[in-house]
Amino acid sequence: METLAELLPRAGGVFVQMEDEIASISAVIGASWTGAKAMTATSGPGFSLMMEALGYAVFTETPCVIVDVQRAGPCTGQATRVGGGDVMQCKWGMHGDVEIVALSPWSVQEMYDLSVRAFNIAERLRLPVFLMADEAVGHLHETAEFHERIAVEQRDRRKGLPPFGHPDPGGVPPMPCFGDGENLLVTGSTHDDRGYRKVEEPQVHARLVERLRQKVLLRRDELVDVERHMLDDAETVIVAYGFTARGALAAARELRGRGRKVGLLRLRTLWPFADKEVAALDGRARRVFVPEMNHGQVAGEVRKHFRGDVVGYGQTDGEVIPVATIVREVERIS
Amino acid sequence: MTRSFEQYLRPGVKATAFCPGCGHGILLHGILRAVDELGLDREKLLFVSGIGCAAWIPSPHILADTLHTLHGRAVAYATGAKLANPALTVIVVSGDGDLVSIGGNHLVHAARRGVDLTVICANNEIYGMTGGQAGPTTPVGAISATTPRGNPYPTFDLVKLVLGAGAAYVARYPVTQPRPMTDAIKKAIRTPGFAFVDVASPCPTQFGRRNRFEDVGALYDRTHDLVMPREEAAMRPPSELAGRLVVGEWTPEDLRLGAGIAHDGPGPGGPPC
Repeated sequence: METLAELLPRAGGVFVQMEDEIASISAVIGASWTGAKAMTATSGPGFSLMMEALGYAVFTETPCVIVDVQRAGPCTGQATRVGGGDVMQCKWGMHGDVEIVALSPWSVQEMYDLSVRAFNIAERLRLPVFLMADEAVGHLHETAEFHERIAVEQRDRRKGLPPFGHPDPGGVPPMPCFGDGENLLVTGSTHDDRGYRKVEEPQVHARLVERLRQKVLLRRDELVDVERHMLDDAETVIVAYGFTARGALAAARELRGRGRKVGLLRLRTLWPFADKEVAALDGRARRVFVPEMNHGQVAGEVRKHFRGDVVGYGQTDGEVIPVATIVREVERIS
Repeated sequence: MTRSFEQYLRPGVKATAFCPGCGHGILLHGILRAVDELGLDREKLLFVSGIGCAAWIPSPHILADTLHTLHGRAVAYATGAKLANPALTVIVVSGDGDLVSIGGNHLVHAARRGVDLTVICANNEIYGMTGGQAGPTTPVGAISATTPRGNPYPTFDLVKLVLGAGAAYVARYPVTQPRPMTDAIKKAIRTPGFAFVDVASPCPTQFGRRNRFEDVGALYDRTHDLVMPREEAAMRPPSELAGRLVVGEWTPEDLRLGAGIAHDGPGPGGPPC
């Protein structure tokens, strides 16, 4: 955020340091409705504070990007140490049933590339998109390539159409903005396709919630992003994400050197979950190993979709998982 | 409401959520009259509200862009919208519980920053919609759903609070004085920077019934009787100002002069700031 404070005004943008994280995400939503691309970044307790307004963003279909640099919780925990315990929180931390999109970078390059992707998905689908980094990635210093030109999704601001309804399952309505002369009515209560409150009609609520879910679920093939390493003949597959995946790739290579048939399925999206990609490991892979900086938040999802053995390894001491630990644990279960 | 104001109402909204005798309808009229008299470009007009009865004053009634937000957060949403598009005239309308209790931090920080917002507080001295619980503006001794033996805590003086936080313009009037109230709203909108209007708006259902007002008229009589112009208040000792509704307009200049801001506070009070 300190860098944005320096750079955003130079690029014609606006930076404001609000009084707390609730105010920050609230200001982001207000700004987004004027047509601006808006984001905030936080960690740990700040992410918890944002949950109510994130539900508002989902329900009012407000594009925005939230960077969560995960740290070791719960609570204040280890303020500047690494953690990965917010994987479920970004999906289920809001009350109610929601589908969101969460990306998982493992490098400085991906902090950049996935930020661009996050904004484009947010604008295309009208929802909050989470860049679920962790402290280790957040403090990395390494080379990265910044592009001269990037693809930028332009918001569909067509006027005259219902801004909160679409005939198709999972359809995304256009989003004209404040000042466009559309007399917009935006509310976090259950609303019809023009924004009128309809809190006592079960069908209106059910239809709205379902369309918001299907916006993500029907597009899972274009959203889910994985990277496959040495999977063709792998008997043991490591499923990893974020900084941990760097150690997992190094471990897989070392284990290959020792004659073990080990591969890596790296998740660059956490949500929607890569269920098909995990299920596709069935047949060749005998077991899946999931190292992560929490106690099994992704391992549990993997178990739902992979029929063989799934072994989780959770480390939550504020340190990254060493390559040697992953090598040792994979050898132990193989 | 005269029919000429119907052009400002959203088509299809047939009835308000306000109880019989609620002051919020008078305030709605005052806001629309202010917008009309100022000749504001309605395409660039944005109303932001939080949660509660007062949040329904703009949403869904007013035919303009309206952002009906979360409990307490209206000022923060409005800040983001105004900074991202300074061409918008942004007016926050919400209640005392919403703006001052759950949203109190956003209120004072927006005033401190001097964001060009107009914030209108429909102050009914109680949490109305959620069931008549006490808030930071509930008078000492008043009966509420959560103070069945009388509210033991002193109130915030919103004029002092917001002026002290850095507002460029602050006013207080009750809905029983609709013309000065409307003029204050107009001044607040025209003020560059942060402007705040504290509007006393009686709540017969949650406040009046519990506090033994025989009817709506008696509750409005109370509001009317509590009014004291700030000029008069400046000449009275603090002991005579307890519980009074000191009305008028204030600017940062008043902080410098240190006069005329004293108000209610039946508690220990303290000197006028």
